[in-house]
Amino acid sequence: MSEEIKKEIMLPKGEELVLSSSPHIHVTENIQSIMLKVVLAMLPALAAAIWFFGIPALLVIFWCVLFCLVLEIIWCRIAGKPASVVKDGSALVTGLLLAMNLPPVTAWWVCLLGALLAIWLGKQVFGGLGQNPFNPAAVARVGLLIALPRQLTYWIPSSGMTADAANYSEVFYAAADFTKIEQAGQVIDGITCATPLSIAQNTPKILDSGVAAADNFAAIANPESYWQYFIGNMGGSLGETSTLAILIGGIILLSFKLIRWQIPLFYLGTVAVFTGLIHLIWPGVTPPPLFHLLTGGLMLAAFFMATDMVTSPITGRGAAIFGIGLGVMTCVIRIWGGFPEGVSFSILLMNALVPLIERMAKLKPFGFRKPTPAKGA
Amino acid sequence: MNEQAINKDLKIVSFKGGVHPQKDGKILSKKASIQTAPLLERYQVIVSQNIGAPPKVVVSAGDEVKKGQLLAEAAGFVSVPLHSPTSGKVEGLVDIPGPMGVMTQAISILADGKDEWTELSVSIDWRNSDADTLKKRIMECGIVGMGGAAFPSHVKLSPPPDKKVDYMIINGAECEPYLTADHRVMLEEPEKVLEGAAILGRAAGVKNVVVAVEINKVDAINAMMEKAAQFNVGIVGMKVQYPQGAEKQLIYAVTRRKVPTGALPADVGCIVQNAGTAAAVAEAVNAGIPLIERVTTITGEPVVNPGNWRLRLGTPISEALKLCGGVKCEPGKLILGGPMMGFAQRSTGVSVMKNTSGILLLDKSDVTQYESSPCIRCGRCLEACPMNLQPSALSQLAEAGQYENALKYNVMDCIECGACAFACPAHRPLVQHIRRLKAEIRNRTKKEIKK
Repeated sequence: MSEEIKKEIMLPKGEELVLSSSPHIHVTENIQSIMLKVVLAMLPALAAAIWFFGIPALLVIFWCVLFCLVLEIIWCRIAGKPASVVKDGSALVTGLLLAMNLPPVTAWWVCLLGALLAIWLGKQVFGGLGQNPFNPAAVARVGLLIALPRQLTYWIPSSGMTADAANYSEVFYAAADFTKIEQAGQVIDGITCATPLSIAQNTPKILDSGVAAADNFAAIANPESYWQYFIGNMGGSLGETSTLAILIGGIILLSFKLIRWQIPLFYLGTVAVFTGLIHLIWPGVTPPPLFHLLTGGLMLAAFFMATDMVTSPITGRGAAIFGIGLGVMTCVIRIWGGFPEGVSFSILLMNALVPLIERMAKLKPFGFRKPTPAKGA
Repeated sequence: MNEQAINKDLKIVSFKGGVHPQKDGKILSKKASIQTAPLLERYQVIVSQNIGAPPKVVVSAGDEVKKGQLLAEAAGFVSVPLHSPTSGKVEGLVDIPGPMGVMTQAISILADGKDEWTELSVSIDWRNSDADTLKKRIMECGIVGMGGAAFPSHVKLSPPPDKKVDYMIINGAECEPYLTADHRVMLEEPEKVLEGAAILGRAAGVKNVVVAVEINKVDAINAMMEKAAQFNVGIVGMKVQYPQGAEKQLIYAVTRRKVPTGALPADVGCIVQNAGTAAAVAEAVNAGIPLIERVTTITGEPVVNPGNWRLRLGTPISEALKLCGGVKCEPGKLILGGPMMGFAQRSTGVSVMKNTSGILLLDKSDVTQYESSPCIRCGRCLEACPMNLQPSALSQLAEAGQYENALKYNVMDCIECGACAFACPAHRPLVQHIRRLKAEIRNRTKKEIKK
């Protein structure tokens, strides 16, 4: 090697080298990309909501997302945190989830209240992302349901259910003129429908196992109605009706490993077994398991709400216990409780138990053996 | 893609958990044959190169030494001697930048250019010799684990008599991204690795000897499979997953045995030795050659010609980089070892040691200096942890200073592989927090013992 070439060789200058502890490489995945993948998984259900409930549903989604983002920025300003926190996408996810939990026709101010409950009370008072013990969207839904029961149970029929589907969006667009919410309320009142769960709730229970008992829920629990429930052609919150769309989203979530599979599996499994047993013993008390699986907010909760990373147990065993607890509570509220639906309550109650569950379900390290006392490290 | 197909008879095993970096960087150097570095003017041999007691220096300034001559003798059982990389004159003891960021003592040798060997020990007919003779030779030749830990090999070969060892596993996983030194050694010198494996098996009195290799080194696997039978050594393939080569994970993958918490591989009847170490053992036993050089991968995107080089101990990193044509651009990091567990360096004055498996330069764009965000409890770290720990919980305990609670989460079981911190989407310094917890707990235990 000649002298000239040797001189041309460039070597690293020590001063510019970064010193840090290993590992020196990282995944490219970050919180924002995780949140955007969750949004992607929500798209089928959101699309189904717009398909079945039209422009009003789109407006609710718009208001919820807008308010959640704005409130997040305002909080960050007040709390002296950088407003760029909003870029992590978690407020977007909360906004979308909140919308999915509201009736398809909801006034803008209800959305605003919901966003306040979700972002401020549900998340930021605890210190923001990752610190909240309760699912923000569930906090908002339950808060609104208790504060504004009338507004939160304005169930409108889906486009497939109305006689003149052609008029559908026109009628509801008019109804969704929220500057005149009183009139709108009247318009809606004229055409509200009951959700399958509220029909089940209001059906008198028959406590024997005769023929009448077996037929007690035939009107709402038959193969034809199951199909309608599956595709989402029924009354309900805007994002919860289409089991099909939610399942597609669920597959996306599972394939990106954004949720712990134990939660939907054990949640849905417990509901199926629990309602199956009750239906078997007293067929006049509750409809068959398939009815329970396909109606209400169960699917949405099992894949999108209960699975929230922050508020569910982190270990697989913990997630399974969490799912079973959710299932039992949901069934108890649905069958014997005062509300037709119980998923939001179940989620909040089980969220509160997460630290306890995690203590019970700690992982055992590889090669675990019971520690021998007083062993010097 | 690999040109060679995987042999159908190859058993492919793995551990549970771990991560697989998508960009593993091996492509840069895996095709580059091992080259021998030309003789340098000066070598600065770091004295403390092995885990355990540093050897005691037996030469002084002005001494003439031959290549392979003893520079420092073992100071105790967990210690190995150190030998001269070439012939020349001892300039004396100097302080040079050490691999851990502090100055360290080195023996500076001015080469005389003759590169004359000292009188080497005679060859041992290992097939007919007893275990103690082999262990003694391995110790005398200064052989340590060359994968990274630099633990004296003869110590591993001497488990307490009450532990029955029946498995010798040669670690050819090389699961660290970017590194290809063991890959090239296994591919180019399969017989040396296999013979070394057989010798190590004999020295430990073990019949089951296997070389375990990740299946991204198909050519090396095939090269060894051809010759494995003549040394009575088995070859096992392993899934490409980090940290496949971590001792406990490797043992589990190959034997399905779990090394219990706080126990040693010998407790489940296993001894693990690195593939490069096996090659060095073969040379030591067959030719009496002490460990004075090793194959090191010099790589990274900023390196002009990444490659695998046979470098003598005491070669300054700057000289090693010159062999590769230097750098194209100013790198962001200089690392000794691989990107997952290697040590970042500030100076190119550090010299090659027995455990320098790689000299890695990372591009500025690859140097990740993130602000970490709060844990969103996604569970990526739990999935990644090969020890089935809960890094997210441990990290929060570290932030809260709750060292006692960390013990309930089995913090001392952490092998510090860094898979958790690699996988964390919030870029939390998980393994760094855990290291801190471990250090604090060790400190407290020491203080309690003193009381």
